[in-house]
Amino acid sequence: MVSRPNRLASPAGATTTRGNAAAAGELARNASARDPGSALALAEEVLGRALRIGATEAEVLVMAGDSALTRFANSEIHQNVAERSLTVSLRHVVGRRIAVVSTGRVDADGLRSLVHRAAAIARSCEELDDWAGLPAPIEASSRAAVSAWADGTAEATPEFRAEGVRAVIAAADAVGVTAYGSFSTDAEAVAVANSAGIRSAENRTSSQLLTVHMSPDGGTGYAEGVSMDATTIDAAAIGREAATKARAGDRPVTVDPGDYPVVLEEYAVVDITDMLGYLGFSALAVQEGRSFVEPGRRIGSELVTIIDDGADRNGLPMAFDYEGVAKQRVPLVESGVCRDVVYDSQTAARAGRTSTGHGLPAPNPWGPFPLNAVMSAGDTSRDDLVKGLDRGLLVTRFHYTNVVHPKLAMITGMTRDGTFLVERGEVVGPVRNLRFTQSYLDALAGVSAVSSSRKTIRGFLGAAVVPALRIDAWTFTGVTEF
Amino acid sequence: MRDLTDRALDTAAKLGATYADVRVIRRRDESIAVKSGRVEGVAMGETDGFGVRVLVDGAWGFAASDNFELAEGDRVGALAVRVAKASATALRRPVELDGRPPATGKYETPVGEDPFKVPLESKISDLVAADRAAGGVKGVSFTESVYAAHREWKTFAASDGSFTEQVITQVGAAVEANAIEGDEHQRRSYPDAGGGYQAAGYEYIRGLDLVGHSEPIGEEAVALLSAPQLPPGRRTIVLDPSMLYLQLHESCGHPTELDRVFGTEASYAGTSFLTPDKLDEGFMYGSELVTIVADATAPGGLGTFGWDDEGVEAQAVPLVQNGRFVGYLSSRETAPRVGRRSGGAMRADGWNRIPLIRMTNVNMLPVPGMTLDEIVADTDDGLYLANNRSWSIDDRRLNFQFATEVAYEIKGGKKGRLFKNPTYTGITYEFWRSCDAVGDEHSFVMLGTPNCGKGEPSQTARVGHAVPGARFRNVQVGVGKW
Repeated sequence: MVSRPNRLASPAGATTTRGNAAAAGELARNASARDPGSALALAEEVLGRALRIGATEAEVLVMAGDSALTRFANSEIHQNVAERSLTVSLRHVVGRRIAVVSTGRVDADGLRSLVHRAAAIARSCEELDDWAGLPAPIEASSRAAVSAWADGTAEATPEFRAEGVRAVIAAADAVGVTAYGSFSTDAEAVAVANSAGIRSAENRTSSQLLTVHMSPDGGTGYAEGVSMDATTIDAAAIGREAATKARAGDRPVTVDPGDYPVVLEEYAVVDITDMLGYLGFSALAVQEGRSFVEPGRRIGSELVTIIDDGADRNGLPMAFDYEGVAKQRVPLVESGVCRDVVYDSQTAARAGRTSTGHGLPAPNPWGPFPLNAVMSAGDTSRDDLVKGLDRGLLVTRFHYTNVVHPKLAMITGMTRDGTFLVERGEVVGPVRNLRFTQSYLDALAGVSAVSSSRKTIRGFLGAAVVPALRIDAWTFTGVTEF
Repeated sequence: MRDLTDRALDTAAKLGATYADVRVIRRRDESIAVKSGRVEGVAMGETDGFGVRVLVDGAWGFAASDNFELAEGDRVGALAVRVAKASATALRRPVELDGRPPATGKYETPVGEDPFKVPLESKISDLVAADRAAGGVKGVSFTESVYAAHREWKTFAASDGSFTEQVITQVGAAVEANAIEGDEHQRRSYPDAGGGYQAAGYEYIRGLDLVGHSEPIGEEAVALLSAPQLPPGRRTIVLDPSMLYLQLHESCGHPTELDRVFGTEASYAGTSFLTPDKLDEGFMYGSELVTIVADATAPGGLGTFGWDDEGVEAQAVPLVQNGRFVGYLSSRETAPRVGRRSGGAMRADGWNRIPLIRMTNVNMLPVPGMTLDEIVADTDDGLYLANNRSWSIDDRRLNFQFATEVAYEIKGGKKGRLFKNPTYTGITYEFWRSCDAVGDEHSFVMLGTPNCGKGEPSQTARVGHAVPGARFRNVQVGVGKW
């Protein structure tokens, strides 16, 4: 993890800054996922243009990416896509008037239009009374740099992804079930330059292989692998995990809704860290009074510790946020007690602090979010989690969760792709999927065991590193037909 | 533009594509975000690029780029073919498309007052005035208001000679008041939680009269803080159009998507309970009062266009006729598998995404006889639920649960006291079969959502729903522990 001022080249991509003399078209052509230095040069070129036409402050975010995804269903590839894109976003400030304009047109005319439109919009805006200015570089951290880049992902071909998909399908074929899923590989360069001295550039890669296996006898199973390096994802193992679960789920029976102790697999736990991050661990949520977070408030059992750490090597590292501010390690919950929340530059200024490096691209009325949640492992084996249930349910994952009551963190959703009844510590059989309506805060308070192993799972707030959990009570409020 | 589309199509054909199409798209988006009377963000975004979709050996490939140089047309066309050939290595059912005449022509959304020509200061002023009216109510903690305008220029060319050009314009706005006290957070919005949206010009925004509705929603948000919790039970409920449209979206729109039925969305959004055998048997989806149509020609809908993204002409497709399930949202690939022609529902989220089967305007038709007010007057004991707050449904679209911002008690045909945190739940076909009153054309209003998610990589669709209000009997309300 790199966290030092005024910069932030990733170890894998040396940052080089060209002079403004370079033609915009050339800069745009050079700004590729592999070359964060060129992305930063393009950002600086646009920054210079904005300042020359009267911006009192300006910030430029450049994102250049190559993304590809191979999707399969009914045990065949049915969708297969590749994309190259480049986006330049300018936050143009005149006094306290702020406009944000973004474009994918990065030739000289496109960039000229970008800055002039931004200037015109800024002139039309009302002043923002509490505008605190763009963030400045922060003090260097002594933490070691973490690469966010893997050539194995950046160089992944359609044939490489198809090979992985065939391995997943072979695992499904072996037990007579059908595979549905996707294998994605993404590479991007992100660069931020602002008038307060921020110069941040990094290239990042990520890859995800997920599959739902469906059995003709009613069972379904899920498995997922997420990594910075696509070549480390074991497609055959993911296929086998989903296949085993799908067959174990055949011929499910209905259990009555009610309160059950549960073991949640990692694929379900990521929803808890995501939802709590979305609802509570944002400084803006606290400042608007809609968060459950109060420093020192106990919300979980002693076994619950969650931090946000963009430098965790098990996750998908990020050196800086979309304002170019170096990411800080932020303890959110320690031994069940709320400690802190994440900040961007504006929420930090209101609180008299410095940004923790959790800003999203401007304009951002939603506030900062933790995008690298890491939940501490416990000391219980996966088998012992289940053995600790006298009568309860083993849940693989959740589906379509949504907020019923924000301050109580009450969430509703469905179980999916592997729900099993456990009696006297043994899985006795599959059950039909259930609806739950459950406070995730109450769930954290009821955590009685945490697995010693963890998985990296992609949620709706980035990628989280999470263990499996045993929870004393979970409120199921309905049941469906499968 | 013809040069680029011809180049990409020719390259694809030379390399073995038996069918190819190209979409060249330019998008322009403008948004204003106001929070507690302050302009939080004014943003303008532009993106343009092209995507090439090819069929090679019965397998799909797709590639996209934002570089319009002719040589890039060659590169992208060739990459799409290479991707398709990789797809063919895991193919079990070669793709066959239904026949359709080559599409040619132009379409443009009828616009009264071009939203991009209305002075920005004027649009900001309108929104700030509405937001401040809501925020001026004593007890309101914070307000949020949004305005958005969207325009898309789309050229479609296919190897069969099709060539169409379309310009789609859409606008939307919303005002939201939040009241917070202790653990209670209540919200009221107008016209809808996510905003009222239509394919129209700024005249639609003026017609919403945001200012006129802002103070009442502020007052109601505050009143909800001291309202009683909705007790659990089985009740008669009347759904306002602001809730009914999302009920329709989730429990009829999505399950009638034929790609879901055939499993191609299984790994993400899920499948559908509306399997083809139910089409053959004339499955009773709802009561005889329930008629639902997917109408891409409906005036003002977010799903209104000239041709879909496969060049199929806009049309109205019956989905449910007097309660009976009669049709699907479909594509050229899927429709022949149920013995039909494409219903023209293939839509892509921009130049860098493939078209998927998406809702157009999934509308519930009004029933002559009673206005919505007369339905309330005809209800002795029930609840009137308005404005969605939370939504969730299982992956086959059977078990759903919704929360609304407000419930008004109905006693003796009159709306009375408020209940807070209302929720209701059910099984899709049981719920629609319990419909015993549908409003007439007086309550029939075009609503919709600009953020319907589907697909991997994720795509956001803008879909319309014209609905009246309706009444349902014996519905479970008040879910969860409060």
